[in-house]
Amino acid sequence: MTDAIDTPEDVSLADLPSPHGPHDLLSKFKPLINEREALLATGVRDPFSIVMTDVKSPTLAVIQGKDTILLGTYNYMGMTFDPDVVAAGKKALDEFGAGTTGSRVLNGTYQGHRECEDALREFYGMKSAIVFSTGYQANLGVISTLAGKGDYIILDADSHASIYDGCWLGNAEIVRFRHNSVDDLDKRLGRLPKEAGKLVVLEGVYSMFGDVAPLPEMVAVAKKHGAMILCDEAHGMGFFGANGRGVYEEMGVEADIDFVVGTFSKSVGTVGGFCVSNHPDFEVLRLVCRPYIFTASLPPSVVATAATSIRKLMHAGDKRAHLWKNSRRLHQGLRDLGYSIATETAQSAIIAVMLPDQERAVSLWQALLEGGVYVNLARPPATPAGTYLLRCSLCADHSDEQVGQILDIFAAAGRAVGCIA
Amino acid sequence: MTEHDEIFERVAEQIEPFNKKGVDLTDATTFAGDLEWDSLTVMDFVAAVEDEFDILITMNMQADIETIGQLVATIAKLKKPS
Repeated sequence: MTDAIDTPEDVSLADLPSPHGPHDLLSKFKPLINEREALLATGVRDPFSIVMTDVKSPTLAVIQGKDTILLGTYNYMGMTFDPDVVAAGKKALDEFGAGTTGSRVLNGTYQGHRECEDALREFYGMKSAIVFSTGYQANLGVISTLAGKGDYIILDADSHASIYDGCWLGNAEIVRFRHNSVDDLDKRLGRLPKEAGKLVVLEGVYSMFGDVAPLPEMVAVAKKHGAMILCDEAHGMGFFGANGRGVYEEMGVEADIDFVVGTFSKSVGTVGGFCVSNHPDFEVLRLVCRPYIFTASLPPSVVATAATSIRKLMHAGDKRAHLWKNSRRLHQGLRDLGYSIATETAQSAIIAVMLPDQERAVSLWQALLEGGVYVNLARPPATPAGTYLLRCSLCADHSDEQVGQILDIFAAAGRAVGCIA
Repeated sequence: MTEHDEIFERVAEQIEPFNKKGVDLTDATTFAGDLEWDSLTVMDFVAAVEDEFDILITMNMQADIETIGQLVATIAKLKKPS
C-alpha cells in the first residue's frame, strides 16, 4: 500500500496543458496575460510597473535615473511634504510607535485616532466622523452596512470599484442608472417600492473623466423619492467649496447629503478613509460595520499626518485658487494642441486625454515619460469598454513654469507618436 | 401569440441595436457567450428593456440571467398585468 497516486507511464508531464494541471485556477486570466505580453513585445515599457527611486517633492520624482514631473498622482494639494504634516508624523512615530497591531474596537484606538476624527468633524462641520483604514474600506463598510436585505442601493453606472464592492458585500438590491443622468435616476427611483429603504450613491468628481455630478438636480430627485444620499468626495475634498469640503459644498447641497465618504490618500496626502454624518445614530456603525471592525487601525504616524493636513486644508484658499488656475491652463493648452479631452471645460483637477486605442495610448504615455512627465494610463475595466485615456492629475504645487514644461512635452510627444498634427 | 412569444419579440427588438454580429436569437442564446456583450453593453441593454416594460431588473437579478429565455421569464414575472 502506498499513499502516492499512480501515474500512468505513458503520460509525459511535458504534454500537460499547464504545469498546475487541468484545473489551474489562474488559467482564466490567460487572455489578459497574452494581451500584456503582446503589448510589451512591441518594445514599450510596462505602464503599470513604474518605480520611483527618489521623490523630491509632490511634483517631482526620479524614475529610471531621470527627473520626472509628476502629473499622475492624487496629490492635489501637495500636502505630502508639508513640513508641519511631516513633523506631526515623526512625533507620533516616536511617541506611539510604528503601528497599533489592533482593531479600532479593541486595542487599536489611540489618542491620535480621536484627534483625527475631531479634525474631520471640524473640517466638515458634522456631528460624527469615523476613520477607516483606507478609502476603499470606508465605501465597502458604510454602503454594505447602511443598506441591508430588502433595501435598495441606486448607483451611477460609472461608480468607483469600492462603491460596487460595497454593494456586493451587503445584501441590498442594486440598481444602476446611466452616468450623471438625472432623468434616468428619477425613472429608476420611481419604479422602486415606495416603502423600501433607499440609498442613492453619488460621487462629486468622477475619477476617470474628471467630470462633476449635477448634484443639486440629483439630490432633489433622490429626496423626492424618499432616498438617503451618500456622496463620495474622494476627488473633491480640499479643492471644491469655500471650506474645501467638496463638490457638494460648492453646489450648495450640504443640508441634503446624509453621508459624505472620503479618503486621506488624495488631497490629505497620506492613507486612510472616513465617513462623516449628522445622523444622530451614525456612531452605531462602529459596532456593526465589518470593514471597520475586522481590520487593523491606521498607524499613529498616519493619523497624526492626516489630522494636521486636514486642519491646514481648512485654510488653503490660496492653494485652491492656484490649482484651479493650473487646471484651466492645462485643459485649454492641451485642447489648443489638438488633443481630445473628456470634458468641454476644466471641471476638476483631473484632465483626461482621450486616445482611440491601447497602442496609441501606451506609445504617447511612453513618449511623455521619456520627455519627463509621468501621467496615468487608464484602460478597461477601470474605464468604459473601448475607452483608453491618459489621466493628468494636477497639483496645487505645480509651478507656472512646470505647467509650461508639461505642455511643451505634450506637444513634442504627441507629434512624435502621431497623436496630434 | 403566447405571452412568452410576445415578450420574446419585444426583447428581440431591444437586442437588435446591440446585435452587431447578427446572431440568431432563440431562448437558449446567451448574452455573454453568443452575443459577446461586455458589461457596458449589458448595462445599456438592461436600461432599454427596463424602459420598454416599465420594470426594474436589479444587478442581483442580472447575475442569474444568462440566456434570452431566462430574461423573458424574468420579465413575465415582473411585468404588471396589462
